[in-house]
Amino acid sequence: TKFSRSSRIDWEELEAELVAADIGIRRAMGIADQLKESKGLDAENLVESTREVLRRAFPSTAPSLPAPPEGKPLVILVVGVNGTGKTTSAAKLAHLLQKQGSRVLLAAADTFRAAAVEQLQSWADKLNIPICKGAPSQDPASVCYEAHTQAIREGFQYLICDTAGRLHTRHNLMEELSKIRRTLAKQDASAPHSTLLVVDATTGANALAQAREFHKATPLDSVIITKMDGSGKGGVAVAIMDEMHISPSFLGTGEGAEDFEPFNRDRYVDSLL
Amino acid sequence: MFSLLADKLDNTFRRLRGLGKISEKNIADALRDIRLALLEADVEFGVAREFIGRVKERAMGQEVLKSIKPGEQIVKIFRDEIAALLGGDAVGLDLTDPARIMVVGLNGAGKTTTSAKLALRLKNEGRRPLLVACDLVRPAAVDQLATLAEQIGVPVYKPAPGSRDVVAVAREALEWARTQNGTVMIFDTAGRQEVDEALIDELRQLHAFLSPRETLLVADAATGQQAVNVAQTFDRAVNVTGIVLTKLDGDARGGAALSMRSVTGKPIKFSGEGEKLDQFGPFVPGRMADRILGM
Ligand SMILES: Nc1nc2c(ncn2[C@@H]2O[C@H](COP(=O)(O)OP(=O)(O)OP(=O)(O)O)[C@@H](O)[C@H]2O)c(=O)[nH]1
Ligand SMILES: Nc1nc2c(ncn2[C@@H]2O[C@H](COP(=O)(O)OP(=O)(O)OP(=O)(O)O)[C@@H](O)[C@H]2O)c(=O)[nH]1
Ligand SMILES: [K+]
Ligand SMILES: [Mg+2]
Ligand SMILES: [Mg+2]
Repeated sequence: TKFSRSSRIDWEELEAELVAADIGIRRAMGIADQLKESKGLDAENLVESTREVLRRAFPSTAPSLPAPPEGKPLVILVVGVNGTGKTTSAAKLAHLLQKQGSRVLLAAADTFRAAAVEQLQSWADKLNIPICKGAPSQDPASVCYEAHTQAIREGFQYLICDTAGRLHTRHNLMEELSKIRRTLAKQDASAPHSTLLVVDATTGANALAQAREFHKATPLDSVIITKMDGSGKGGVAVAIMDEMHISPSFLGTGEGAEDFEPFNRDRYVDSLL
Repeated sequence: MFSLLADKLDNTFRRLRGLGKISEKNIADALRDIRLALLEADVEFGVAREFIGRVKERAMGQEVLKSIKPGEQIVKIFRDEIAALLGGDAVGLDLTDPARIMVVGLNGAGKTTTSAKLALRLKNEGRRPLLVACDLVRPAAVDQLATLAEQIGVPVYKPAPGSRDVVAVAREALEWARTQNGTVMIFDTAGRQEVDEALIDELRQLHAFLSPRETLLVADAATGQQAVNVAQTFDRAVNVTGIVLTKLDGDARGGAALSMRSVTGKPIKFSGEGEKLDQFGPFVPGRMADRILGM
């Protein structure tokens, strides 16, 4: 098999495989060390044993969205660094919830990037989802506030706020997220009910730094890993889970509206190696 | 020169000094730490192994064994070798007539922004750039490029809504360009995953039609281990002439730069350092080497 030369296990090959999935060298060595201790291990069952270790890192059921509170919309805030797939994922999530029979409002709160509002608008048109838009350079917190007002007034069950991409190293932009959060809490102290960090599966070790900093600015409930249809395996989810105990909830698997699925740890781990 | 890695290695060696002479085994341990640092910076596994193998001899040499701060010395050797590799035969853009630049890469890497940044830079150098929107996939991609083009006062070709054939769009754009008095055309393309053969093939056809002087692969500095596959696949499909590393304003260590440069041999020509269109410039290899080693 892949990890053996004659009947001996090739540990470096196992590490290489884990690193290739962006699990990180230290975690890879840790897994190898852990497995070296276990009895009855051979090249035949090595893959399965490794998968078992990885599976145990994740909760058996992925976090799902809470049910909308009585008479109020469940507010979802979508955040992340530039270009990860926030706008696309916001549209896909809205589509999924709408298909399940819920009334969903999208808020286009990226008033910064060129044509970001038009991008979400075009998804909303295509998927027939109502949208509340900000004007160019309008304060994103005020866009979210207006959208929240509309969602409450019109009895929407979900409000999904798309935000501008920002690097986690930009202090003032991270502050802006805290402000959005505070503003949403004005009309419902428990809002936002779910804050989702969007991470690109192609990202390496930096994804952990992203999760740490976003979590400080606006506590995260779960992670969406996008572009799982590419060669990136999204192994950084393991590091985020290990350190922060924040699990993926959805995976993006393409550019289409339907290319979106709930996170399933078995399937995810099987794709890692 | 300050580096956590160098400090750590110096401490290790200092302890060893108490025991006597530094041995080759001690240096091998130091090389293992360097390997860890490279992997933690997202340098690809095979690239890191090959790179260390190649630089090992110098690191084992007398200059290190005799030095007062052997750890720092070893780190410096690696730093210089990384900088040399990243900077090797870096050349400017080929803008001989007909100057066409095609911009390619994964979804969300920063192609559209980079196209506009490049246009602004060329304009400031006294050239007359034209932008062409060849992303017919992403919602509002044409609007995005058109908005940026307007901000910098550069003419842009916008395909008719509903266009689906990129080669046809490129042909129309060349027609349009005759009326524009431009000196260099920049073609923004749709993002795609390198494993998507149909989309890679579409790019190949566009490339064959345009025969661009420059084909720039735009890559996010935070890219992980797949950087090698990505760079090789795009290079094989459309013969990349240079790489643009984006989002260097973040804190990603950027080992992907080393991976991509090593496996394709293609120079890294520019870097993106922010969302604003003037946050862009020639790639600086030395700074990147420091970054990869965490200095
Ligand atoms: N292949 C693939 N592409 C995706 C996926 N999710 C998003 N994308 C693409 O990634 C690119 C960026 O997506 P956006 O939704 O604009 O990303 P964003 O995070 O909103 O970007 P900014 O707002 O600029 O920070 C687009 O080309 C999307 O079509 C996915 O799961 N698979
Ligand atoms: N901070 C920072 N953001 C950048 C940089 N370059 C691009 N971006 C941002 O990254 C996101 C994606 O950039 P785009 O230019 O839309 O990327 P793209 O490759 O054209 O995306 P697709 O066409 O969807 O594949 C946007 O939010 C940009 O503002 C950079 O150097 N630094
Ligand atoms: K994948
Ligand atoms: Mg967006
Ligand atoms: Mg684009």
